[in-house]
This record gives sequence, structure tokens and C-alpha cells, in this order.
Amino acid sequence: MNQILECKALSKSFGNIIALSNINLTLDRGKIIGLLGPNGSGKTTLIKLINGLITPTSGKLYINGNEPDIESKKIVSYLPDKSYLPEWMKISQAIDLFVDFYEDFDKDRAYEMLNKLNLDPTLKLKSLSKGTKEKVQLILVMSRNADLYCLDEPIGGVDPAARDYILNTIITNYNENATILLSTHLISDIENILDEIIFIKEGNLILHSAVDEIREQQGKSVDSLFREVFKC
Amino acid sequence: MLWEINSNQPIYLQIMERIQSLIISGYYKPGDRLPSIRDFAATASINPNTMQKALNELEKIDLIYTNKTNGKFITEDTNVIQNLKNQISIQYIRDFIEKMMDIGLNEKDIIKNINQYIQNNLNNE
Repeated sequence: MNQILECKALSKSFGNIIALSNINLTLDRGKIIGLLGPNGSGKTTLIKLINGLITPTSGKLYINGNEPDIESKKIVSYLPDKSYLPEWMKISQAIDLFVDFYEDFDKDRAYEMLNKLNLDPTLKLKSLSKGTKEKVQLILVMSRNADLYCLDEPIGGVDPAARDYILNTIITNYNENATILLSTHLISDIENILDEIIFIKEGNLILHSAVDEIREQQGKSVDSLFREVFKC
Repeated sequence: MLWEINSNQPIYLQIMERIQSLIISGYYKPGDRLPSIRDFAATASINPNTMQKALNELEKIDLIYTNKTNGKFITEDTNVIQNLKNQISIQYIRDFIEKMMDIGLNEKDIIKNINQYIQNNLNNE
């Protein structure tokens, strides 16, 4: 099966608010895909649906052919937009937690990345800056051998040099059968590593395209297209 | 080695051009082995799929070839490289002449200017 994710008429409402409306979307394996849209457009809602943290109001969602459940959590690696690790933990304890939770966790890879970013595993999470905490969480998420990585704003709080390292980590660590779905506002920083982009606006999917197609057909970068489509 | 990528144009085309110029300038020699797609992509800070596409296109024009077990190599056929060099040089000349004509110079002026420039700037003997 070459599709890792399929959404069929997927909708989600919170009371009267429609967060996602009739999303039809298929994602293939082996791609790096940018989920782009302004604040409040539904990016995080979609990612939470994929992870089974919330359930659809209507429509269906399939991960590798199955609806989100315990099995799908084994193949989806999720970086939430907020920290959820206990502050009292040391980095090394957070790693052990992931080792216990996920069969596909590669401990050596995690330590190698920590080392590259000069992070001491004996440090406690509460002693880390916001950006450093984000790095640790991304390392945890990328050290799994998952089929689908959902990264919600993975580079928002980190400095440009570390951002380059992180993007590099994403390029070199993912395998050809895995897909990375990442949401961000920092389009110009990441657009060179993307295969495809998804634009969502007010809960509607308005574009799903290969990035080189946009450049070829419109002669503009994803960043300029975004500014045009979402002009305030 | 610097890879400058312009986000307004398809990246695989830019990568193709870059590798072509590395080959005709002699940075990569005939028969040289290219880095693995993953490493190559990481060096250029681009997606491995994009690198794959660029290399596939270069393979189509016989500039590189794949050895199933060992990876991708620069062609050993120096004619292919020489042809590409000629092609690119003609393209540069065409662009240059177009620009000179745009600013109102004719054939004679262009040749005169080139000669003058070479005499003033490049002839160090």
C-alpha cells in the first residue's frame, strides 16, 4: 500500500465552530509534506485527528488503511505544539520513557543527535530554555522508526543554526517508506526540503501540490504563493 | 562547496545545472563516484527525492550512470562532457549578446568591447 494517510470528507466541529470542513486528502509514502495555513486554519486539528486525540464529527480518516487506534499509534510519531514531558525529568529519563513506550525507538540515534547539538543528557528538562526543550522533543520524535511523522510547528522556537541542523536531521533520518507531515509558519526556511504542500484556510483544503510544480507553473516560491493566497 | 538555491525556480533544475557546471569545470572528473543520494541531498540541504529527480534527469542525458551495486558515477565519455561544455558556452554567449544588443550595441561594438576588456583586464603578460 503506497498511501499512508487518507481523509474522506473529514470534518470536525467544536460546538458551532467548524474547524475542518469536508477534507479529502491522500498522502503517499516517502514524502516530506508541509501543512501550511494561517493561525486558526485547522492545522493542529488535522494533526490531532491523525493521532486519534480527537475524533471526527463526520467523515473518515485512515492511516495505512485503518482508522486511528492503538495500532496506528505504533506507526505515527507525533510532535505536539506544546510540551508534555514532566519538568522534573532528566533528558536521559525522557529517552528511557520513549524506549519503554515505543518498540521502534532508536536509542543510539537519540544520543547521537544530543551529542551533535551539545546537549548533556543529565540535564533536567526544567533547566532548559524553550528552544532547547523543543530540540529535545524533536530528537525524541525523530528517533523513532515510524511510518508517519506529524510535526506540529517543529522549528518555531529554535535559532537558525539549530534549525538547519534539525532540517538536516529530518532529511537524513527519514526512510523512503516514511512520510513527514509538518506544519509551520516559517515557510521560506523549510520550503527547499518539501516535496509537497497543503494549504488550508478556514478549515478548507485549498491546495495540495508538488512544490516544484508551483515553481514551474507559477514561477514563484511557496512563500510568495502563500503570501498571495492568504493576503490579509 | 556552496549550494545556493533560489526558491522561485524548480529546485531539481537548479541542482542539475549546478552538477553540470561541477562536471564541465572539472571539479568532478570522468568516472568519479557521486556521493549517495541521501548525503548529497544533505550537503545541498534539499529533499532526497528532489536530488533523485535531478540525478535521474542527468542520467537521461548520459552525463552520469548508475552501477547497480556501487552507486552513481560521472560518465567516462569525455565527448559527452565536451558537448555539454560547448552547449553551455553557446548559451552564455547568446545571453550576453542579447543583453549587449538590448543596450544598443551592434556586432562590431560588441567585438571591440570584448577585445578591449580582454586587453585591459586579462592580458597580464
